[in-house]
Amino acid sequence: MSLQAWVAIADELAYILAGALFTIGIIRLGRVKSARSGNTLATWGMALAIAATVTWLLVFKRWTAESVMWALASGGLGSGLGWWMAARVPMTAMPEFVAFFNGLGGLASMLVGMAEIPKLAQATRGMFASRLTLARFGGADFAIADSLAIVVGAVTFSGSMIAYAKLAGKLHKNRFGVLGSLPVNAGLGLLCVLFAVWGGFIAHDPASLFLSNWGLTALALVLGVGLTMPIGGADMPVAIALLNSYSGIAGMTTGFILQNNLLIVGGSLVGASGIILTQVMCKAMNRSLTNVLIGGLQADTGGKKDEGYTKVKSTSAEEVAPLLDAASSVIIVPGYGLAVAQAQHKVRELATLLEKKGVLVRYAIHPVAGRMPGHMNILLAEADVPFEQLLELDRINDDFKNTDVVLILGANDVCNPAATNDPASPIAGMPVLKVWEARTVVVVKRSLAAGYAGIRNELFQLDNSLMLLADAKKALEDLVSELKAL
Amino acid sequence: MPASIGCLALLSGSNPGLPFLLVGLWVLVLSAFLGFVIIQRVPATLHTPLMSGSNAISGITVLGALYCVGSDFTLAGKLMGAVAIAAAMVNVVGGFAVTSRMLGMFQSKRAPGSDSASKRD
Repeated sequence: MSLQAWVAIADELAYILAGALFTIGIIRLGRVKSARSGNTLATWGMALAIAATVTWLLVFKRWTAESVMWALASGGLGSGLGWWMAARVPMTAMPEFVAFFNGLGGLASMLVGMAEIPKLAQATRGMFASRLTLARFGGADFAIADSLAIVVGAVTFSGSMIAYAKLAGKLHKNRFGVLGSLPVNAGLGLLCVLFAVWGGFIAHDPASLFLSNWGLTALALVLGVGLTMPIGGADMPVAIALLNSYSGIAGMTTGFILQNNLLIVGGSLVGASGIILTQVMCKAMNRSLTNVLIGGLQADTGGKKDEGYTKVKSTSAEEVAPLLDAASSVIIVPGYGLAVAQAQHKVRELATLLEKKGVLVRYAIHPVAGRMPGHMNILLAEADVPFEQLLELDRINDDFKNTDVVLILGANDVCNPAATNDPASPIAGMPVLKVWEARTVVVVKRSLAAGYAGIRNELFQLDNSLMLLADAKKALEDLVSELKAL
Repeated sequence: MPASIGCLALLSGSNPGLPFLLVGLWVLVLSAFLGFVIIQRVPATLHTPLMSGSNAISGITVLGALYCVGSDFTLAGKLMGAVAIAAAMVNVVGGFAVTSRMLGMFQSKRAPGSDSASKRD
């Protein structure tokens, strides 16, 4: 056999191994003990896949010296940038960075889809000129896959960038003019389909191919913005999970363009995992995906900031410290306010202090606490909180009634009693932490303003709750010094 | 078209006429089911690293980008390919590195918490 034949087979075997490494990697990522090795295996799978592809491209002479230079320069730049960002990002900013990385994956898929078209235009110059459509060049499946890669890639890219801006607090609006409303999105979607049909099956000369290609890309980019804009801040965990799924689907479609099974395996694994996480998040909020996507909860946000709270009992660190000191068990409920205040280390300090005094300290983690699935767990792990102390909703909800003090740090909607006792509430039926069953509830919050869901929280007015209106970090610092003084 | 010929020859097996589309759909359906089954059992604690790890895997699209700087692409195509390689590599390297950083926090931190864990029992 020739060298090329050997390489073709070796290459395919390397892809199969890489696919297996991805699968085993994701399986191992699903268990705390093996998670690290899972990540390492997946990384090796990626390295192997890249090496195999480069070898194939060199042996089959698809690459010239010039290609090698292009690849080395851009690959080096991207890797360096990725490494640098990964080393610097604080744990609190993890959601927006995952969104950002995700968007770049989408961008890559979009560009791969786009690059096929000038190549076709070049290939058809000469005797075929002006009679060859994308579909007649590579088959209908190629034409469809190429359009899909562009559309899904572009939606992932622009959508993730909007999610990034929202999560980083750089964007608060839910509309850009008419953009983001349902009819406009539907219209954009329809236009995308029309452009895809034109570009894939009708356009047969370089000029119209060029136009359809760029038109489709531009439309899909706008559509991505429109689809992500209406999603409210509290629903961002869902948005990230969904966009993660899109980036997988985009990668999968490029697999059909290039006829490469590994792209299909990697892409669909990620696509499926994103869909499952989306489902988990929606369930945790008792909302349907459609409702999240059109931003249903945001409709009745307007105006009611801190109105209507009449019998709130304010408290101070001096009053709360003795309560904590006398307690035999304390449950801490962290929310996004904790992340914003970067107070995870202070929580740990307080907890250690209480543990030394013989208090049982545990943490109740709601599935949508924070801005992405599992965000609180990461933050508390950063502060060395042993993960056995982090309890999920189902495991801790029955323990609140035997608890002396619940300390709520910057969480709001996830412990709103309206979800269980007010059928008219927008969050009715959402599984919440039953903090109000504890003897005393201390709510640390910057103001009485509504949470992201934009609804009032009766918890603040209950007889057994005390409001400690302060930044989470400041409040914790005060509590620590008060406790030390006792 | 940049079809990997070996792949077709290997996978078509006894049915050499089987178009890639069908092979690809088989692969797609089976891996999607695999993905569904694997992820359903993952505890919430690991959702963030799982997401950033799988996010890095979606950077596999870099393979497609590598084709695009090949000699059969136009200058415009090569430019897009180069940007695509850079973007995908940020996704891949950044994704895996940040996942590893996060997972590092879950381990090794036994010493300070161990006394509290025993007190609870």
